[in-house]
Amino acid sequence: MNIVVCIKQVPNTNEVKLDPVKGTLIREGVPSIINPDDKAGLEAALRLKDSTGAHVTVLSMGPPQADAVLREALAMGADEAILVTDRAFGGADTLATSTTIAAAIKTLKFDMIITGRQAIDGDTAQVGPQIAEHLGIPNISYAEDIKVEGDCVTVKRQYEDRYHIIKVKMPCLITALSELNEPRYMTPGGIFDAYRNAEVKVITRKDLDIDDSSIGLKGSPTRVCKTFTKSLKAAGQLVNLDPQESADYMLEKLKEKFII
Amino acid sequence: MDIQEYKGVYIFIQQVDNKIANVSFELLGKAKELAKDMETEVTAVLFGYNVSGLCDELASYGADKIIMVDDKALETYSTEPYAYSMYNVIKKYKPAVVLYGATAIGRDLAPRVSARVKTGLTADCTKLEVATDGTKNLMMTRPAFGGNIMATILCPEHRPQMATVRPGVMQKVKPVDGAKVPVDKYDLEIPAECKNVEIVDVIKKVSTKMDIQDAKILVSGGRGMGCPENFKLLKDLADALGGTISSSRACVDAGWVEKDIQVGQTGKTVRPNLYIACGISGAIQHLAGMEESDVIIAINKDENAPIFEVADYGIVGDVTKIIPIFTEEIKKVMAAKNA
Repeated sequence: MNIVVCIKQVPNTNEVKLDPVKGTLIREGVPSIINPDDKAGLEAALRLKDSTGAHVTVLSMGPPQADAVLREALAMGADEAILVTDRAFGGADTLATSTTIAAAIKTLKFDMIITGRQAIDGDTAQVGPQIAEHLGIPNISYAEDIKVEGDCVTVKRQYEDRYHIIKVKMPCLITALSELNEPRYMTPGGIFDAYRNAEVKVITRKDLDIDDSSIGLKGSPTRVCKTFTKSLKAAGQLVNLDPQESADYMLEKLKEKFII
Repeated sequence: MDIQEYKGVYIFIQQVDNKIANVSFELLGKAKELAKDMETEVTAVLFGYNVSGLCDELASYGADKIIMVDDKALETYSTEPYAYSMYNVIKKYKPAVVLYGATAIGRDLAPRVSARVKTGLTADCTKLEVATDGTKNLMMTRPAFGGNIMATILCPEHRPQMATVRPGVMQKVKPVDGAKVPVDKYDLEIPAECKNVEIVDVIKKVSTKMDIQDAKILVSGGRGMGCPENFKLLKDLADALGGTISSSRACVDAGWVEKDIQVGQTGKTVRPNLYIACGISGAIQHLAGMEESDVIIAINKDENAPIFEVADYGIVGDVTKIIPIFTEEIKKVMAAKNA
């Protein structure tokens, strides 16, 4: 079985801070990580490798520095790594991104594709289902459990108030939730191999059979017209009282507002 | 593509077990405003099996027209039959705008449809407006970088303009009793190939708790509560006030409370009448989920905590000391009221 896992290099948004004076994002010094949902997807693939001997390929689209997350994936146990990178792919929205990744995946052998549900920098959750659409295969989103039996996969699919247990014939695409598992650490031997010996294969524009009008900025129907930092509403009153006075103060305010 | 051919604001109506999701009513409410600015109509798109009984409810919440596809294949949500149906609705009716709730269904269906139609899709919007520059384009605003920045996105040259919208953000209209609108029953033949997955089982999560998005009063705890046992203090206060408890992400990550009560960017957006933030510092991701609450009270040890920037009433102090006293005071008031 061949599994392709799509991973994205993202800034650790929990550590992104706002410049209090300029109101802009401070990106310097913010570490890059494998997107958490993607890492859970990778772990799920590696467990299938452990149990069935599946071949696991990791693929990332991004700038050349995304090499780092691919090597981390190799050090965790992936067999092969592919970086999809080209200036021509820049400025892509989710539609152009998914078109590009689908074209790259078409050059590979696959029975199962795993993506994370969503990336923590964009939070769109779109690229996974869109890749499946371009490839004409079923997708099952929000996977909390994945089991393989013969040429079928059974997935525990999460909804707000229920689960569906869904059985699908491969090839298919699954989007993984970070609740799926606890990803393993890189092994010392894996790190050594990944950073010293392993090769990250690079796929560029010329390797893909796609139209220029469907990639990069040109292939992106959406346009960001402005970005801004949220203006918070004006702060109210701040008091520093002893516990009893604090309670009385709140009580008074709730009465004023007719809440109690 | 002649974008002038595309008209109308369409709402994907999410129904599960023949019950319409709240977010669909919220979207109908918002769509009414957008349609007014675009000088067009609101169309509810209803998929399911034996769902014609839901039409009057959609009319009462603001739909001007309903398109219904009623088929056994649409009884339980499954990606392909729904994507096939929506794709065909778009091809036949040419809407200018299609909105979906940003739910586990909407966030699966909408991207699949967008890739089939080859149009743009903006995820998890928190604000929708119509451009006043003459284009009447839909301006879709959403948080990015975990809520650290907001981006306004356009889809100028493709139609329909599609977006998923966060539940709990838009306001539904007051339902108009007895409203009736035309229903267009679209007899779409859903091919057998669409059934490309098998739903072996449906397991409902048993929850006796109130959904925090429906709560009028939320008592919310953060890392400053110190330990999971202290959530009992919040539960007591919530019970006294007739509210329910919620939490920040830190407490979910620490395993103190369940994920379904998490407020914020990766949790739920809430706008209760009263939000009491207890020991919550107020990371931007948290504020994004609760700052629209009518009245916000915050209690925190650190007078510089960002939560105070959105609080109407801020109290600097030890939350574990203040809350029990406050709960007793509330109980006294309530007892006097009921006497």
